[in-house]
Amino acid sequence: MIRHRAGYDDIVVTAPVTLPYVRYSIHGAHWFLAGALAALLKRAGLDKTRIDGLCVSSFTLSPDTAVALTQHLGLTLRWLDHVPMGGACGVVALRRAARAVQSGDAQGVACIAGDTNHTDSFRLNLATFSQFARDAVYPYGSGGANASFAFLTGYYMRSYGAKREDFGKLCIAQRANALKFPHALMKKPLSLEEYLTARLIAEPLRLFDCVMPCAGAEAFLVLRRGEAEALGLPYARVLSTIERHNAFPDDPIQFRGGWALDRDELYTQAGVGPRDIDVLATYDDYPVISLMQMEDLGFCDKGEGPDFVRRNTFTVDGSFPVNTSGGQLSVGQAGAAGGFLGLVEVIRQLAGQPLGGAVANAKIGLASGFGMINYDRGLCSGAAILAARGGPA
Amino acid sequence: MTRPLLRPPRKNPVVRTRLPTLPPAGRSRVALGLTAAAARDRFELQVCRDCGTVQYPPREACRACLSQRLDWRPQDGTGELVSETTLWHSHELFYRERMPWRLGLVRLDCGPVVVAHLHGDCAAAPSRVRVRAALDRAGQATLIALPEKDTPNMADDRQLREMTCDPKFRKVLITDAKTALGQAMVEAIAAAGADIVWAGYAEPWKKAPGFDRLKALPQVAPLPLDLTDSRAVKDAAGEIGGRVDILINTADYHRNYGIAARNGLDAARAEMDMNYFGLLRLAQEFAPALRGRGADGQSSAVAWVNLLSIFALSNFPPHGTYSASKAAALSLAQCLRAELSAAGVRVINVFPGPIDDEWSQLVPPPKIAPARLASDIVEALRGAAEDIYPGDIAQEWLARWRDNPKTLERELAAASH
Repeated sequence: MIRHRAGYDDIVVTAPVTLPYVRYSIHGAHWFLAGALAALLKRAGLDKTRIDGLCVSSFTLSPDTAVALTQHLGLTLRWLDHVPMGGACGVVALRRAARAVQSGDAQGVACIAGDTNHTDSFRLNLATFSQFARDAVYPYGSGGANASFAFLTGYYMRSYGAKREDFGKLCIAQRANALKFPHALMKKPLSLEEYLTARLIAEPLRLFDCVMPCAGAEAFLVLRRGEAEALGLPYARVLSTIERHNAFPDDPIQFRGGWALDRDELYTQAGVGPRDIDVLATYDDYPVISLMQMEDLGFCDKGEGPDFVRRNTFTVDGSFPVNTSGGQLSVGQAGAAGGFLGLVEVIRQLAGQPLGGAVANAKIGLASGFGMINYDRGLCSGAAILAARGGPA
Repeated sequence: MTRPLLRPPRKNPVVRTRLPTLPPAGRSRVALGLTAAAARDRFELQVCRDCGTVQYPPREACRACLSQRLDWRPQDGTGELVSETTLWHSHELFYRERMPWRLGLVRLDCGPVVVAHLHGDCAAAPSRVRVRAALDRAGQATLIALPEKDTPNMADDRQLREMTCDPKFRKVLITDAKTALGQAMVEAIAAAGADIVWAGYAEPWKKAPGFDRLKALPQVAPLPLDLTDSRAVKDAAGEIGGRVDILINTADYHRNYGIAARNGLDAARAEMDMNYFGLLRLAQEFAPALRGRGADGQSSAVAWVNLLSIFALSNFPPHGTYSASKAAALSLAQCLRAELSAAGVRVINVFPGPIDDEWSQLVPPPKIAPARLASDIVEALRGAAEDIYPGDIAQEWLARWRDNPKTLERELAAASH
């Protein structure tokens, strides 16, 4: 079979937006999505009538979908998508939007993700997250991902010799990054001792292995390069993307993700290799999944994640800058916005618009997504390689 | 290894009795297939009729071949514990009150990977375990992984006890302790470690051989109780209702008539008065107190057992009015189960075949011995099911009824000629 995937030509991402996160909010999801869209338009210098495409991700918009949002926000569109893919929604939204703009189905697509968080909304979301979760996980006492990632972390430590200190090193580096990022909810440095002795959540996971649910929103705008330049907008170019759903379904536990299936295509299409990546954003709701992404995206071999962590430093000025805004572990997990956070940060780094620390000479960035613990594992994986203006063609 | 349960200290009357909470009860309709099997103490998973794939969680179609022809089939539950965790945090009140809580991820030998409660005696992963289905306090099926081989005191495991209604150190009312079954029941419950066994008796002028012997057991306290007398039931509930952890209703009125064999309503009315209204009287007087004590410490109120009959499923014409009274009782027991479920109190319905007593004299064997029936009821309390069918006749009738209730109706009609 001849496989040919069209390149992304001159498709670019611009106008990266992160709203300040808050732990709890009395507002609805629409409030955060509206805020992100308004900030995006302001940053792009566009009126909302100039936007003809919209891609929405949110868990707490119910009973509405993206359709209702058009009327709610007074938008008249010719292209609309709703991507309910949690931690993979940023990469997937980018893929959908890039093709829409490239084909001319839309002139520009605003991609927005956001959620509110009331004091009880996290519990209610967990209880009804999916049919399998309601039938076969939630009744056991651990809502959501805690137990799944505890199983995985324990298995990973046993199989590959990872230590708590390895996970802690990554968490601490991300906290250091977050201290420079104004919108992060975590404002205090994290010491290894605090990390190691924090209260237990689900063994071996402790408090700082787990993201804090919060409210917030993220956004970016997908355009043709010519249009971005005409508007005078800094941008990053899209080199390649992948997505995969329900990879390796017969693995007894999720020790690898869909990236392992698709990474060759990712790098081939981009014309770069893992060594060329200047800044990485992993989906980081728990540190073990960041190590798995480093392995499955080819930065090291399977099982060598712990050694890779010991050999590198992950702060903005480190040997391998990861999650340079602080990631979800230190910024917070604003529902579906968690699937945008890393990608939006990579866009900012490559477009030369960091809100916090800047990675020196960042030319090529990789943002990875991982989402939807439907039952015992995350089903969606994806990744995108972006380049700064003037990077490889 | 599980430490044996200790007798709880006397309840401090000053301390507030905690209100019952439940594990999450929501399930999709297709997932209730697991509950339907667990209700009869079976661990069944969906098996594809077309390709044989065994799957979990329950689905609407086969994950391998997309066939919609899925059957629930018994599984032995053996498998490997792949990983485990101990929860110290939960969003649900039920679990918050019971932290820490051990969970495991098990790959079953039959294929699927399951999330399961993990018994304290299971060795650290990787290790061999056996998974079974158990009704939890919400009355819904959950999976629990047990050690591959039985361990000492394993029934006393803290998490397993949340699925069972073990009579050990509990206070038990047996509503009619004078019959052969009632006497066997008192002895079996006392032997199972109950703290108090109230032995109900009606018609004190009618001596029952053997009943006096029960009074010599240290745990046994005779209690005047006639289920056909509303006042008597109320008085008994006033006296002991707030202390009963397990209520076993053994009271039974059984005559051998259909419709044509006896004129008038007296026998049928007496059957209904005991078997149906007797249950209703008991439920009205005792259920409120049980509902309030669903979380009353280690020896909380946990179970209500109804002695029904396999005749409740389909009428046995030679015992036609009796069958009707048991069918009525079954329907009422379903109502009681719904009303007690909010407190986590399990209603166990017992559907024996003919008992080897004087009122089934003319029924040919096999008939179930009272002592065997009593021990089956104790086993049901130690287990995690809610419907039991003791004896060979009951098992066979159940199989025939599940296969085709109309066929069974015709077979039973033929048996009465």
